[in-house]
Amino acid sequence: MEQLVKRINGMIHLKAYNRQRDDLFFITVEKSQLELVLSHLKNNEGFTHLAFLQAVDFLEDSKFQLTYMLYNYDIRVNLGVKVLIGRDKAEMTSIHKLWAHAWQYQRELHELFGINFPGSPRVEESFVLEGWEEMPPMRRDFDTKEYSERTFYQRPGRSTNDPKEYMKEKMYKNYAASPRIRRDDE
Amino acid sequence: MSNLSESKYRGFKADRSKYPEMENGKPVIDLESHRYTKLWQGPQHPGVTGNMAVELIVNGDEIVSAKTHVGYLHRAFEKLMERRRYIQCFPLVCRICVPEPDTNEYCVSAAMEDLAGITVPERALWLRTLNLEMSRIGSYLMWLGGQAGSLGMGAVGQWTIGMRDFWLDLFEEMTGGRVYHMYMIPGGVRKTLPDGFRDRARGLIVRTRKLLYDVENTFLSNAIIKSRLQGLGVITTEMVDEFGIVGPIARATGRECDIRINNPYVKYGELDVKMLTSTVGDAYARAELRYRDLHQSLDLVTEILNRIPEDGPIQADMPNLLNWKIPAGQTYVKAESTRGEHGFYMVSDGSGKPRRVFARGASYTHAISLLEELAVNISISDLAGLMVSLHTCPPEIER
Repeated sequence: MEQLVKRINGMIHLKAYNRQRDDLFFITVEKSQLELVLSHLKNNEGFTHLAFLQAVDFLEDSKFQLTYMLYNYDIRVNLGVKVLIGRDKAEMTSIHKLWAHAWQYQRELHELFGINFPGSPRVEESFVLEGWEEMPPMRRDFDTKEYSERTFYQRPGRSTNDPKEYMKEKMYKNYAASPRIRRDDE
Repeated sequence: MSNLSESKYRGFKADRSKYPEMENGKPVIDLESHRYTKLWQGPQHPGVTGNMAVELIVNGDEIVSAKTHVGYLHRAFEKLMERRRYIQCFPLVCRICVPEPDTNEYCVSAAMEDLAGITVPERALWLRTLNLEMSRIGSYLMWLGGQAGSLGMGAVGQWTIGMRDFWLDLFEEMTGGRVYHMYMIPGGVRKTLPDGFRDRARGLIVRTRKLLYDVENTFLSNAIIKSRLQGLGVITTEMVDEFGIVGPIARATGRECDIRINNPYVKYGELDVKMLTSTVGDAYARAELRYRDLHQSLDLVTEILNRIPEDGPIQADMPNLLNWKIPAGQTYVKAESTRGEHGFYMVSDGSGKPRRVFARGASYTHAISLLEELAVNISISDLAGLMVSLHTCPPEIER
């Protein structure tokens, strides 16, 4: 793996490299060089299997981290290629030409994170949310509770109680007076 | 019946020269021309493997184009997990796959242990291996029934689902739950084996083998089943990397990809797991491969039962799980489910809740991009058999 990292480092500038386990490594590359690195890894280094492509929202840094998880069947190693992209008007190069199933992940990221992949087939189609007009829901600043309170209503006849106060009222009314709680039939 | 002899090629050699017209390499399908009909298979349809729908455009009974629609089952587990403590994730993850929940539990526990640097005791690892292998048997039995049922052979499904129930009885003894077990928790497992469990499990293995003998005679050796499955949904070696195909489907094309052998986890490294492959790559080869894999799972359970240590701790020393903070880091843990590579990508930011959890299920690619590709040119009646032979599981797609 060290030799592989050296070879890639000779091609481009690696921002970071770390070893998580014997069979799992991560490298971080520049956004502009991602396609180059991925096609090199696929065509020349034997990392032919794309396990997934996913995003992580780092709201505090105003960044999305995209992770492309590759696998090499010969040396049996997983390699995660990480890219950090800006969170505002997030956009990334599409890799649908490298793997035939990459468009699926890109469509999901477009819908759930609001990351655009220009040129990716069917990227505008809805995946799991039909007719969604809110902010992409997997972003960290999407407030699930506020959304559900606004969209759905309380079922009539249901009320919300503070559990501590409610239980005190219902069960432990004479708790201070009695040494232990007795049932009525005792 | 006349075409039974030539049915070896179910690739449905249709004459595509006249329809649909191709323009810039893409088919032009004009529904107004009354030559094509739009048909929905699912979301409620006996031939669909769960809550998903396939939007078909058909010409006669031949499928011209297919499109998978999901979203009927979206429960936003990944989003919910971002707002919950690590230990609170466990009741959620097992629900990602109903027939085989233990792979999820294992992956999440292992990811947390990997990030927190916890070593699991020997005996707990053996118990985990037993649990994982038993869940593979349950899932395969359910699949066998589904594959036979999708081709109109309901009896096999009733036998195998009935037998699966006896395996669920064993799960209930072992873990307390029948379908969702929540047995593997960070640091180890919850319980040891009850008294007499080993004997009951061995007895059940014998009964399962007896049933599988019947299944082989009625299902795998059946001329009609063969004529319908052979040549259906052929996957070539080149497609494996192209579409990210994993598991038995990739093994049926000759690719050696079994995570239990390639990247051994729990105790699989010490067990005699064989790489089962085939070279044909059609639905029948996949069915036969899964049947052999089921027998291998029964062998493995027998071996594991003999090798589980009688005593020893089943839990590592853990901090207070209700207030457990995991150091910042990222990891990806995978395991071999009956559908293939099942993995969890977990990102921790040092707080008490995960920053991001992503469940990678094999069906994600099998049921969408691959199914859409393979469904073209087959007849409507074969679509259910094709979907089951890809072993699609919609909950994995929309976590």
